[in-house]
Amino acid sequence: MAKDGIGARVIRKEDERHLHGRGRFVSDIAMPGLSDVAFRRSAVAHGRIRGITKPAGLEDRVFTAADLTGVNPILANSGIPGFKTSNYPALATDKVRFVGECIAMCIAPTRAEAEDVAEAVGLDIEELPAVVDSLDARRPDSPLVHDEWGDNLFLTTAVNGDIDDLAKTAPVKVSRELNTGRQCMHPMEGKGVLAYWDFQAGQLVVYTSTQVPHMIRTGLSETLGLDQAKIRVIPPDVGGGFGYKCVLQPEEICVAWLAMTRRRPFRWIEDRREHLTAGANSREHHYKLTAYADERGRLLGLDAEVTVSVGAYSVWPFTACLEAAQAGGNLPGPYDFRVYRCKTFSVATNKPPFTPYRGVARPGVCFAIELMIDAIAREVGRDPMDVRAENLVQAAQMPYTNVTGKHYDSGDYPESLRMAAGLIDVAGVRKRQASGEPDGRRIGVGFSTFTEQSAHGTKVFASWGIPLVPGYEQATVRLTPDGSLEIRAGIHTIGQGLETTLSQVAVEELGIAFDAVRVTLGDTASTPYSTGAYASRGMVMAGGAVSRASIELARRIRRIAAHLMQCSEDSVELKDGAIYSGKASISFADVGKAWYLRPEQLPDNVDTMGLEVTEGYKPKVDSGVFTYSTHAAVVAVDEDTGQVELLDYAVVDDCGRMVNPMIVDGQLIGGAVQGIGTALFEESPYDVHGQPLASTLQDYTLPGAFEVPRMKMGHIESPSPYSAHGMKGVGEGGAIAPPGAIVNAINDALKDRGVELTRIPATPERILEALIRAEEKTASEAVA
Amino acid sequence: MKPVDFDYSAAETVDEALTQLSGADVKVMSGGQSLGPMLNLRLVRPSALVGLAATAALRRIEDASGAVTVGAAVRHAEFEDGKVPDPAGGMMQYVARGIAHRAVRTRGTIGGSLAHADPAADWVTTLTTLDAVLTLRGAAGSRDVPMTGFMQGAFTTALRDGEIIESIRIPKRSESVRWGYYKICRKVGEFAEAIGALVVDPGQRYCRVVMGATDGAPVVLDDFSRRLAAEGAAALSGLADTVRATLPDANPVSLRQHEVALRRAIQQVYPS
Ligand SMILES: Cc1cc2nc3c(=O)[nH]c(=O)nc-3n(C[C@H](O)[C@H](O)[C@H](O)COP(=O)(O)OP(=O)(O)OC[C@H]3O[C@@H](n4cnc5c(N)ncnc54)[C@H](O)[C@@H]3O)c2cc1C
Repeated sequence: MAKDGIGARVIRKEDERHLHGRGRFVSDIAMPGLSDVAFRRSAVAHGRIRGITKPAGLEDRVFTAADLTGVNPILANSGIPGFKTSNYPALATDKVRFVGECIAMCIAPTRAEAEDVAEAVGLDIEELPAVVDSLDARRPDSPLVHDEWGDNLFLTTAVNGDIDDLAKTAPVKVSRELNTGRQCMHPMEGKGVLAYWDFQAGQLVVYTSTQVPHMIRTGLSETLGLDQAKIRVIPPDVGGGFGYKCVLQPEEICVAWLAMTRRRPFRWIEDRREHLTAGANSREHHYKLTAYADERGRLLGLDAEVTVSVGAYSVWPFTACLEAAQAGGNLPGPYDFRVYRCKTFSVATNKPPFTPYRGVARPGVCFAIELMIDAIAREVGRDPMDVRAENLVQAAQMPYTNVTGKHYDSGDYPESLRMAAGLIDVAGVRKRQASGEPDGRRIGVGFSTFTEQSAHGTKVFASWGIPLVPGYEQATVRLTPDGSLEIRAGIHTIGQGLETTLSQVAVEELGIAFDAVRVTLGDTASTPYSTGAYASRGMVMAGGAVSRASIELARRIRRIAAHLMQCSEDSVELKDGAIYSGKASISFADVGKAWYLRPEQLPDNVDTMGLEVTEGYKPKVDSGVFTYSTHAAVVAVDEDTGQVELLDYAVVDDCGRMVNPMIVDGQLIGGAVQGIGTALFEESPYDVHGQPLASTLQDYTLPGAFEVPRMKMGHIESPSPYSAHGMKGVGEGGAIAPPGAIVNAINDALKDRGVELTRIPATPERILEALIRAEEKTASEAVA
Repeated sequence: MKPVDFDYSAAETVDEALTQLSGADVKVMSGGQSLGPMLNLRLVRPSALVGLAATAALRRIEDASGAVTVGAAVRHAEFEDGKVPDPAGGMMQYVARGIAHRAVRTRGTIGGSLAHADPAADWVTTLTTLDAVLTLRGAAGSRDVPMTGFMQGAFTTALRDGEIIESIRIPKRSESVRWGYYKICRKVGEFAEAIGALVVDPGQRYCRVVMGATDGAPVVLDDFSRRLAAEGAAALSGLADTVRATLPDANPVSLRQHEVALRRAIQQVYPS
């Protein structure tokens, strides 16, 4: 391993500026003449717009859909047959379809004044019955989100395994209904966009807090009708994305339109309330599951119905079907069984449009299948850990193609379970559980194992029929005249440390000093096209591209160096920040200088491609490299209050070759904290009128430092046979497993009380309610 | 989420504050920890705010023989840090430590909290349990109102237009005082779902059990307090019925939370 290369725990390049408060986020950008934008948003979930009145004297500060001539709605169609189209207008046209939908855009020198204007806009909206519950929405008598559809189904899909025969013969049958709450993603920095017209470049310049700058340029071009060459998108520092920032937002179109037509700078900075209401757009699933097993709890088949409350519109480019496609495809999880039937329903509701959130569907499916495994174990009277271990795909079966055709490339899944059990000392916990807690609380232990398809590429996205399919990821590397290295990639860093890890890959291939590497990401004017940061693809894809480009640059450097040192190319070694041939050495600067400034030193037959390389990359098999992981939770449940304390938590993960183990741990811990939120705290509830009930952080509970235990980390490194350096993705995984592990632990703690929770978040109120119901049942049985 | 346009001035004296408060749509601001969010949500739309956080007379702390008197602008953190003399066995210091988190406590004030009168807040219940008396001051002069008569419902108090809370007098308890306080909340630093509080002072023949974080003002459980003083832990057997009778409309979960909060508070004084 090169010093500071792949595998080193290098301190992040990004941290210096962030720890000193010198990062630059959209809202830090000052510009003369900048106007703030505030939106007048819908206060009703569903309604017909009868009229919008601009306040007298302020007509030129207010813009409605009627003003946005030539702007196309967001159109995100899936190619899957039967998909129904939604036109998602930047500003509402005939109807409003969720609380928070933008109706009018208002401008003023400050945000407060812009809000004054927004308040003064007159709205005449005829309220319509709202479609709130996704199961109700499927009924024939439901009101319609999109009148012309005739129903509320964006899409239904089916995998038709032969479950009926199995149903007749399987010794064990376990059925459950499960629910996951609707959530917001809560990046520390909300959305934000600033746009102006650059007269010199003849370009619309859009600074936006995004994970996918190049896609935003494509999307803005399509909606605004402006050539892509006339648009430059620059992502400044981005304070977390989690998927919220991987789609084209109506606000981005609006602000860009203002700058394009007014030729002045404008900005919109999302506030928490906007995020909590208009951004409650993820995680809400309903599952109806029946699992069939043998007497030992060996899973034989699964019959599933998954309903996703997709919200009002299809988001660009990931569409309204990504969630259900991922849910249906990933529900079988890391388990070895061959009969699977699954129907999915992507249901339009009067809620904000679903956006893929860290883990995309998998926190839900993992929760669902992991609860089923434990339920089966209880049914057959065995320890859930043993049943889980037996059902997992075994190491000897690798590579393994599962019942939905997912190709699991490598690893030892049961070993991750054993390691996690060891980290929390499951035997000790069981003993403690049997002897009872001094404070009367009940102890429980739970596990959850998953596989995570990461960096899934062309074939997978094409099969989902999504408007933009990722292909070869590109990166540029360039040696400067003074021997430093510039990396340019179109992906963006949103907190995951890519400036550091991409540098480490280049250091590994080039032997150049880590400090000599500079990374530029995302700016559409200076980086190659990338579909961006999502699907845990950054390290595998951009890392792979940097690896490729660096290998080629190393070849070119060796040629020039061989000439300068008068030795054979084969004898040239790049290592430890310099260039060696035997005992002789020159610096990277010597090579840079020779090419750029002293070409007379070079031979006539020099490679004219120079010291700048752009290469494209995708893994040999692009259906995704499969990270897997087991989380283990030990909880104490207070039966009097329903409070859950996480006593211990372990994460064992295999993301193949770890480029920077410190960053891997950071990603896993951060993800797990979000997963703890999903499991125990976070929810955006809606009333029957479609009103969001959590519109401030007082109503929407995020886990805090006190609620998060110190996590125990374990790693397995099984390199993927398909990717550069055997890397697999790790950005999302941490968020996937906690709900399964934690709720299994709660159910383990309460199993003697006849309580089994099936809904997340597992709030104290829900736990207490279940306990009280169980008490009442016992009492009435005693009477009977 | 920006407030409407308003003027702001800090009052140096109480009289100055009262004069300014006589204007139309003028509100006082103390720590701003409840008012701030309401301003940003435009639930409050004042023409002007009068700042009380630095008004010297409202920052006074007095330790007299029978009572500790604190100005309305004394901050939660000052109780937490032991800067306020202790009237009752360390109860106020303990409670202060559980209000929100430190950043809020360094600004939030006891008077602001009482005036805001959020049923789920800590001081309204604590000061009811401690039988505190508030001194309210308006243009017409000042009057004393006991805590039990001050909070009249959720976010509703005895404060009249143009009146402010000047100070809070907390009676000193004897050496024999014991107290219990149990707050059920979602996570550290959150408002309560249920609060159980009690102060028992055999030396002063004082026993008061209070149920907090209901839908309205904290409820003094008079009968139950008498029984507890007489019977000790044995009184707990009647607790569930007391809670049910006091909160006839509450759902089973809320009833259970209140019962548990009270039981745990009582068990701090009477371990069973
Ligand atoms: C994140 C967070 C968590 C919190 N958690 C808790 C908690 O766990 N427990 C808890 O008890 N509280 C909690 N609070 C509330 C906090 O304690 C506030 O400080 C308190 O409620 C208000 O005090 P203040 O000085 O900030 O008042 P302000 O916000 O300044 O004022 C509140 C109201 O009182 C009026 N007012 C202020 N002073 C006077 C006065 N002297 N006379 C008359 N009227 C006056 C104002 O006009 C306003 O209407 C929390 C607050 C936040 C932001």
